[in-house]
Amino acid sequence: MTLRYEIGALECRYGMRTALRIEPLGLNAGELTAIVGPNGAGKSTLIKALAGLLQPVTGEIRQAGIQLHRFSDRERARRIAYLPADSRLAWPLTARRVVELGRLPFLKPLSKPSAQDQDRVDDAIERAGAAGLTDRRFDALSSGEKARILLARALATDAPTLLLDEPAAALDPRHQLAVTQLLKTEAERGVCVVITGHSLELVSRFADRVLVVDEGGIVADGAPDEALRPDILKRVFGLNAPGGVPRLDWSLA
Amino acid sequence: MRDFRIVAGLVGLCGIAAIAGLFAGGFPVSEWLDGEPAARLILIELRLPRIALGFLVGAALGISGAGLQGYFRNPLADPGVIGVSASAGLGAVAALYFGLAAMSGLVLPAMAIAGAGLGGVTLLLIAGRGATATTLILSGVAVGALANALVALAMNFSPNPWALSEIAYWLMGSLANTSWTDVKLATPLIAFGGLVIWSTRRDLDALTMGEETARSMGVNLRGVQIRLIAGTALAVGAAVAVAGAIGFVGLVVPHLLRRFVGHEPARLLLPSALGGGALLVLADTATRILSGEGIALYLGVTTAMLGVPFFFHLVRSSARQAP
Repeated sequence: MTLRYEIGALECRYGMRTALRIEPLGLNAGELTAIVGPNGAGKSTLIKALAGLLQPVTGEIRQAGIQLHRFSDRERARRIAYLPADSRLAWPLTARRVVELGRLPFLKPLSKPSAQDQDRVDDAIERAGAAGLTDRRFDALSSGEKARILLARALATDAPTLLLDEPAAALDPRHQLAVTQLLKTEAERGVCVVITGHSLELVSRFADRVLVVDEGGIVADGAPDEALRPDILKRVFGLNAPGGVPRLDWSLA
Repeated sequence: MRDFRIVAGLVGLCGIAAIAGLFAGGFPVSEWLDGEPAARLILIELRLPRIALGFLVGAALGISGAGLQGYFRNPLADPGVIGVSASAGLGAVAALYFGLAAMSGLVLPAMAIAGAGLGGVTLLLIAGRGATATTLILSGVAVGALANALVALAMNFSPNPWALSEIAYWLMGSLANTSWTDVKLATPLIAFGGLVIWSTRRDLDALTMGEETARSMGVNLRGVQIRLIAGTALAVGAAVAVAGAIGFVGLVVPHLLRRFVGHEPARLLLPSALGGGALLVLADTATRILSGEGIALYLGVTTAMLGVPFFFHLVRSSARQAP
């Protein structure tokens, strides 16, 4: 298991309000790490900081020993693919074109996407379960279909680190399961996958590691059974679950 | 080339506009065919530079409108909203007001371009580092309002009615009395400005997904802002310098053409330049045809009068489709 992220003691603020303050930790390549917590706990802040989009007031985040902000913009974009929770698009591009944008960090200044780029795009569309949507206009898709196209965009980058903010939020149960399985497979290929989400059942079944975030701090960190234990569920989520999170035993029909 | 048809169609339209511009409005065709020198002179020294400049000005407005709409992710953006047109106008008005324009034909254009540059720098300074599209557009409105207020001040303090009318007519925009000197002055600036805008094309595509996603895809927002504002200041500054303030082209042309390029900001840039050029040459031709004896119509007036009804139609028809 190789370390992908070395994170120092971090503090992130929006204006004067501290949104996140955490102790040092590391994140591994080849693992599916899930960040869970109630609304406003700091999940998105943490994932944005990992993406290098939010400069912490104090503390450093490193990949391969190098601070994130020391990478050139393009280099960082090749290493880290980030999918925000917001699925709006300014212009109604075709769905395939949206996925193709995932290859932008690799395009040379004057050249067109290569055959290899196109293969990556096709492959990402296939894996995200978005085949059949590609010729449609993005604004004509349902929110779940949009989510799959945007996921395909992030996958098309083929980055060794994949950060996804609520990738399953808009999806129906079958696609939630399919996408989470896909992310698990990505992790098994050696990608460092970090997701946020609210489906504790899916997280507890598929995640290798769970970070429970509450009020801007990490209150539990470990394997799903350990991090999502009854006292944490009660204190953080306000749930009475004496038996912990029930195991999902669904599979794709 | 994916957009071959739309580009070829627009090039054809430019050709038609140029031919219409050459021969419409009482060109002595038979004398010209007889090889009479006066007719040749009209063609080479009056009509051709006017058409060339019309194309250049329209192209500058079209491409910067397309670039800014892409950056702001808003079909209402045009060179006016970042205050660059108004700043260029202020430079020119200052040249007229202080009587500097009479010194040399180059003073007014130079001051207009300087005004555009100053406006662009002020905009970047006000907006500051880490500016979002919203702060930039608000700063642009502030810069534009300040420039317009100073223009009004100059008109307020005009020493006499003639000076006032000179400023007022100049502000309406015109391609009358165009010479090859204007074309030589505007060409490199507009071409370079257009190239600078074109260099942001992939960033504009990435920005379709919002500023945060674009940043995660390696887009340097500050760099894009600087390039877009610098490119617009160069191209539109030069356009205003030689033709006065001409509105509407930068707004309407990208909007008209967007549906033909799959709504992609990058693919919209070149067609918008061509379409802007064609539209302005046609509008100028219409201006000449409609102008009667002694009453000269101004180009800025025609572009708006011709464009607005068409634009209304477009807005209404696109409102029925998905956003």
